[in-house]
Amino acid sequence: MPLYELRDVTRRYGERTVLDVPELTLMGDRVYAIVGPSGAGKTTLLRILNLLDPPDSGQVRFMGQETAGNERRRLEMMRTMCMVFQKPYMFRTTVFNNVAYGLRLRSLTPTEIRSRVMEALEFVGMQDFAHHPATRLSGGEGQRVAVARALAIRPQVLLLDEPTANLDPANVAHIERIVRQGADRYGTSVLLVTHNLFQAKRIADETLLMVDGRIIEHQPTADFFAHPRDARTQAFLTGTMVY
Amino acid sequence: MDAIIAYLVSMRAEIGQIVGLSLTVSGTATLLASLVGIPLGAYVGMNEFAGRRLLLRVIYTLMALPPVLAGLLVFLLLSRSGPLGRWGLLFTPAAMIAAQFLLVTPIVTGLTAAAVASKERVIHDLALSLGAARSQAAWAVISEARTAIMAAVLTGFGRAFAEVGAVMLVGGNIRHYTRVLTTAIVQLTRQGEITLAVSLGVILLLISFVVSSVMLLDSDQFKFD
Repeated sequence: MPLYELRDVTRRYGERTVLDVPELTLMGDRVYAIVGPSGAGKTTLLRILNLLDPPDSGQVRFMGQETAGNERRRLEMMRTMCMVFQKPYMFRTTVFNNVAYGLRLRSLTPTEIRSRVMEALEFVGMQDFAHHPATRLSGGEGQRVAVARALAIRPQVLLLDEPTANLDPANVAHIERIVRQGADRYGTSVLLVTHNLFQAKRIADETLLMVDGRIIEHQPTADFFAHPRDARTQAFLTGTMVY
Repeated sequence: MDAIIAYLVSMRAEIGQIVGLSLTVSGTATLLASLVGIPLGAYVGMNEFAGRRLLLRVIYTLMALPPVLAGLLVFLLLSRSGPLGRWGLLFTPAAMIAAQFLLVTPIVTGLTAAAVASKERVIHDLALSLGAARSQAAWAVISEARTAIMAAVLTGFGRAFAEVGAVMLVGGNIRHYTRVLTTAIVQLTRQGEITLAVSLGVILLLISFVVSSVMLLDSDQFKFD
């Protein structure tokens, strides 16, 4: 069963249509990269897939079920996915409590919470910071904790919005490794928005290119880079796209 | 100096009474104002609705409400011929609490709204994405703004504790009954007891210092597991 099925999905800000997706099917158990120039609608799409924003028109189905309408069902669906935002916000408490937040919402026992939090922190290499104030972490450390906070939930879908945009190369490599391994370990499907083509090439199974709110190319990553179908993809890859 | 201290010591029972009433009146007014102002401010800070901007402008204007006007309003309501005159509350501590409540509520509301609105979207989205229901996400926003909300409450208390116009008008500065620090200072100054007036002023400042220190003591500490 497909993870997501979108039909005629649009999103407008005032007069401007920022997202226009006639059809999109995303399967589970793989890593997708969504690339494209800024303002192409990548974040808008990600927010709709996380069910944070409803589309202005069209249908979004998740695991075969309609996402609109029933508030309780929407909450249940949202609890199987998690987004890591571009600039991670840290709750003003310890690193431990930050990672535990989503688990407490799911009413896990304190023992389960403790073991899952420590497992997630070890996974991102931040276990020694468990009892540090989260607001005093560096950018890279904060982003690793943000990924741990999402992975601790063991979501079916992990949505990442430019997770490495503000990081140095060492931290970029670290985050990419965590995402890739996390996806494998927990069977999590990953949707990664990035403006970094090399990142897509390194970790994605399939890559999508968005331009002006539309998905103009969607291929397995190797084909995306080797045999783009759309002339604009070729232009984007060679850096000659005008936008 | 010794003479002043000796005099203050001899007056300690009355000074204690005045300080006690000041704290009780302003503390109660601030508590009631917080019960109204924090939820109201949080709602206004977090939600879009018709008339929100106008409401915020009204709240911000009322934040600068002159105490004597708040006093006048309560005076008119409670005076013998006023709509609530038969309650017989004019020139009682209850009337003073009501007047200060009018002063403090806009301050707590406005500052809470500003604190909540500044980070609302980011925290709300994060909490929702981590699986929070809407009410839980709203609570996360309020919880993250707690230091700023505490500062709002403290600002409101400081305003009430230091004002003289409202409590003078509706309390009447009656000895042993409605006399508070500020009205006592006014009275002493008029009587030429400048040294004593200054002494009470120092006491007022000291109490403000202690109250703010205690309230902000724990606001940014981290809870450890």
